[in-house]
Amino acid sequence: MADRTPGPYRALLGSRVRAQVSYRTSFAADVLANVGIGLSEFATIYVVFSRTDELGGLTVWQAALVFALANVAFSVADLLVGHVDTLPTLVRSGTLDAFLLRPLPVLAQLATSDVALRRVGRVLVAALVFVVAWPRAGVDLDLRAVALLVVAVLGGAAIFSAVFVVAGSLQFWLLDGREAVNSITYGGSNAAQYPASLYSGPVRWLFCYVVPAAFVAYLPVLVLLGEPGPAGLPAWLGWCSPLAAVLLWGVALLLWRSGVRHYTGSGS
Amino acid sequence: MTALEVQDLVREYVVREPGTSRFRRRRRVVRAVDGLSLRVAPGESVGFIGANGAGKSTTVKLLTGILVPTSGTVRTCGLDPVTHRRDLARRIGVVFGQRSQLWWDLPLTESFRLLAAIHRLPADVWRPRLADLDARLGLGEFLTTPVRQLSLGQRMRGEVAAALLHSPELLLLDEPTIGLDVLSSERLRQFLRAERAEHGTTLLLTTHDMGDVQRLCDRVLVVDHGRAAYDGDLPGLVRRVGAQRVLVVDLREPVDPGLVTGADLLAVEEGGFRRRYAFSAESTTAAEVLAQVSRSAEVRDLSVEEPDIADVLRRLYAASGR
Repeated sequence: MADRTPGPYRALLGSRVRAQVSYRTSFAADVLANVGIGLSEFATIYVVFSRTDELGGLTVWQAALVFALANVAFSVADLLVGHVDTLPTLVRSGTLDAFLLRPLPVLAQLATSDVALRRVGRVLVAALVFVVAWPRAGVDLDLRAVALLVVAVLGGAAIFSAVFVVAGSLQFWLLDGREAVNSITYGGSNAAQYPASLYSGPVRWLFCYVVPAAFVAYLPVLVLLGEPGPAGLPAWLGWCSPLAAVLLWGVALLLWRSGVRHYTGSGS
Repeated sequence: MTALEVQDLVREYVVREPGTSRFRRRRRVVRAVDGLSLRVAPGESVGFIGANGAGKSTTVKLLTGILVPTSGTVRTCGLDPVTHRRDLARRIGVVFGQRSQLWWDLPLTESFRLLAAIHRLPADVWRPRLADLDARLGLGEFLTTPVRQLSLGQRMRGEVAAALLHSPELLLLDEPTIGLDVLSSERLRQFLRAERAEHGTTLLLTTHDMGDVQRLCDRVLVVDHGRAAYDGDLPGLVRRVGAQRVLVVDLREPVDPGLVTGADLLAVEEGGFRRRYAFSAESTTAAEVLAQVSRSAEVRDLSVEEPDIADVLRRLYAASGR
């Protein structure tokens, strides 16, 4: 046993990882189930796009790139902070009160109170789709492409993490609203998996500038392909996912703070 | 420096209830805490008692920063619990009898390791502290058991140890002995007395168990309708509500000693051999009652029954119109 006491977050996350991995069979089953879900979602996209040469300006393998990028970003966010939307359970069990009695920020404690390692399954599927789709999509793998991919994955994961925090914060007011806020998180994830060019004007605008799902995968893929974006969505926005993430995190943190205030009763 | 300083504390809740029509709901404001003022010096031990819904738990939450006051001020260890929540968390320990602060799916010892990391306690501080808590609370036998498999008594010992691991100067306990058997609660009380004697820890506990108050607290605060209905020591509370003690005398012969001034004859038992006299401390003494009885009857044995503390509370709540 180590003599030095580890930092609080490392200790908290470490205990979660050990707890999950110690039940090997159920952990393996969870990962497999996530692989299955990922594959079936990809199958849907493959079936839709392989009916035509092009849909929304993308071929089937180019659409597969959008799917892969969106899935990596969403799964990483879900793995890290997806459990933030279990807030009502924590309120009922009194765990939130216990968080308030510890010398750490509540959101940081909530984020490190779990880690959904089973989501590794979806990250694997997304990586596999990416590796298969890349050579078939007609894109060169140069330094610029690699830089863009890194920006897109990090920015995308940050965007979805912020979406989860928004969804969690809203539940301070809607204590039975898990289904309602799932429409934001999983809805946003679904929206990001498809090329935004498929949506009509107002919806496309919504998924770019309100829930910035288009930033996660579609816009970066357009940059990779050297294509101009559809009306209202210039392709250079593909580099801007970190900016969208920062803005969305600002909103998320404000909302979280006023949610905690609502809970302790200083707000409203 | 005071451990606790509360001034005109008010906390309201908004309750929504079905109104006249199906879609309209009536909004009703309930005052859980209504103008409570209180000062607790470091090292004191205060028992909060009161009926369900009197505002005890709400007060504990206001003192710890879980809830924000509607109006009034709170200073816990000299800090505003809302704006200094994290500083305060390092200096106080809190136990909720009905809610766990341990990690239910991990062995108990893991909870201590995590709390040590959360409070950034170095190993050479928290390991000896845990060894000390273990020795006095007897945790050793179930340290490696997952928390969800612990009995209530074991879990409460774990909760108390967890709240004390960082050696807080103030310990708040919300119904710590609820549901515990006689032996478990006695053991916990003994531990808390020792902890207080050794470290000078300030104690504040809410309870329905008068044993807790008698054994642990040198000051009693009765809360009723969110206000302090009594603040003082336990004998004073008994005097205040005028609860009566009972002198039981066993006589050699079943004779009637006649009227005893200052005492009421409650019952004649055992075919006239035993008589029970109720008296209050203000009007007479046990010795005076005994002397009067002895004048006309030979007393073989006697005992004095102290007022049942539950009865004291019953009188107090009844007087407040509950």
